[in-house]
Amino acid sequence: MDSVKLYLKYLKLNIESQLQYKASFIMMSMGHFLITFIEFLGLWVLFERFGQIKGFIFEEAALFYGIVHIAFSIAEGWTRGFDIFPNLVRMGDFDRILLRPRTTILQVLGNDIQMMRVGRLLQGFLVLIWSIYKLKIDWTLVKTLLLLGSILGGNFLFSGLIVLQATLSFWSVQSLEIVNSFTYGGVQAAQYPISIYKSWFRKILIYFIPLATVNYFPAINILGKIDLLNYPTWLGWISPFIGFAFFIISLFIWRIGVRHYTSTGT
Amino acid sequence: MKAFLSIIKIRFNLLLQYRVAAIAGIFTQFFFGMVFVMVLYGFYDSTSSPMPINYFSAVTYIWISQGMLGMLPWNGDREIQSLIRTGDVTYELIRPMNLYNYWLARAFALRTAPTLLRSIPLFTVALLLPKDYGMSFPPNILAFLAWIVTSFGALLISCTITNIINITTLYSISGDGIQRLLSAIVTLFSGMVVPLPLFPDKMKEVLNYLPFSGLVDIPARFFTGDLPFNHLITYSGFQLLWALILYLLGKGILSRKIKDLIVQGG
Repeated sequence: MDSVKLYLKYLKLNIESQLQYKASFIMMSMGHFLITFIEFLGLWVLFERFGQIKGFIFEEAALFYGIVHIAFSIAEGWTRGFDIFPNLVRMGDFDRILLRPRTTILQVLGNDIQMMRVGRLLQGFLVLIWSIYKLKIDWTLVKTLLLLGSILGGNFLFSGLIVLQATLSFWSVQSLEIVNSFTYGGVQAAQYPISIYKSWFRKILIYFIPLATVNYFPAINILGKIDLLNYPTWLGWISPFIGFAFFIISLFIWRIGVRHYTSTGT
Repeated sequence: MKAFLSIIKIRFNLLLQYRVAAIAGIFTQFFFGMVFVMVLYGFYDSTSSPMPINYFSAVTYIWISQGMLGMLPWNGDREIQSLIRTGDVTYELIRPMNLYNYWLARAFALRTAPTLLRSIPLFTVALLLPKDYGMSFPPNILAFLAWIVTSFGALLISCTITNIINITTLYSISGDGIQRLLSAIVTLFSGMVVPLPLFPDKMKEVLNYLPFSGLVDIPARFFTGDLPFNHLITYSGFQLLWALILYLLGKGILSRKIKDLIVQGG
């Protein structure tokens, strides 16, 4: 409980410090909003040209897009400390964190909490609401739960990927773009229903980086579509747990990394 | 002129040193290229109506754009921007050479060295992939030549835009917001995310005349043979014209700004 209190304190400090520069905060958030909007424009262009992709129309794809971007923006916001973690290692500041009588995870998380991602979040929400409105989905409690589960699961999955990326810096201080391609590339890939992909690529997204599990199966349930791949529908319900499990596993790997850590000595 | 050539040479050799970053970059671009190709495959597979470019040309287009990513003006010269932020830019003003041309020379190296490091391995892998997702060879030697010539034109446009990004840092110290917005516009409107021929016809009428089409679209379409060789003069003339406009524009803004430059002391 004590840790929760401390985390809330970190959160409060972060919000306060970022709101010190109000104009810059607003500009950056708007910039973020516009950038993600331009990405969405790319999606629209393709649907404008081709009409549909494997039985999915633009409005349906927008649902997938909305879920992924909401999940990713939340993850980007609260795990920002892990995202910039390589800097801590390079500067030797991680030593200070190790000296304090608290878990490293809590401290790294508290190191930076980005409010600016609100731009992407907002855009994801707008797209999601627009899609639900256009598709005239009968909204039920079950669908709300599925949607929440999908967003939460996706958030934990992306957070786990960001933690893994940070863990790599225990072994190499070079900034590594490789995992970046899993997070940003994952967002790109999960923007579309995975049934459009070739089977080997789809399998990577189901079993290896379980992005599809947190987004495709719940979304299919929400849309009330019949799954083209013959996976059971109840998969939509376990997806949040898969995301969460992925996050826990990545925290374990992080712990191993911490034990392996030797200071850069600067 | 000799001074500028040696600056290009020195910076070029320096930038060639970042090999690990290049390997990470190749991996990222390969992953992104693969996702784009997979998405296109889904779209082409779901339609029977004729498209402005065929599937294999579109895939080659994607690989060309991924390989040449380093040449896109998606960011400024970090060192110059940090000089501006710290106020050390004053030292740059003392140098006995034209500031704009000096920065342009640096941009030349910035846009060529990393691109060479990344593109050659990426193209090799992409050419070896199975035909469904791999890059195809140009139809004849003339198409290849036209690609080389127009890639050089793209480089000129890219360097002049890079320099404009550098210069905008003089206006807003953080410069981050504008830069990100610009990079989003550049990636979408150059054909990097979605090949320009696939854009709605009305939008194409505008996009084809913007400088961004000269960055990715024109070279890629010469490579695939989509644009015939006898159009080379017209299209490279178009590129040179834009490069000249952007050159004069950048030079104008810089000389105007330098006059009332207030350096942050310290």
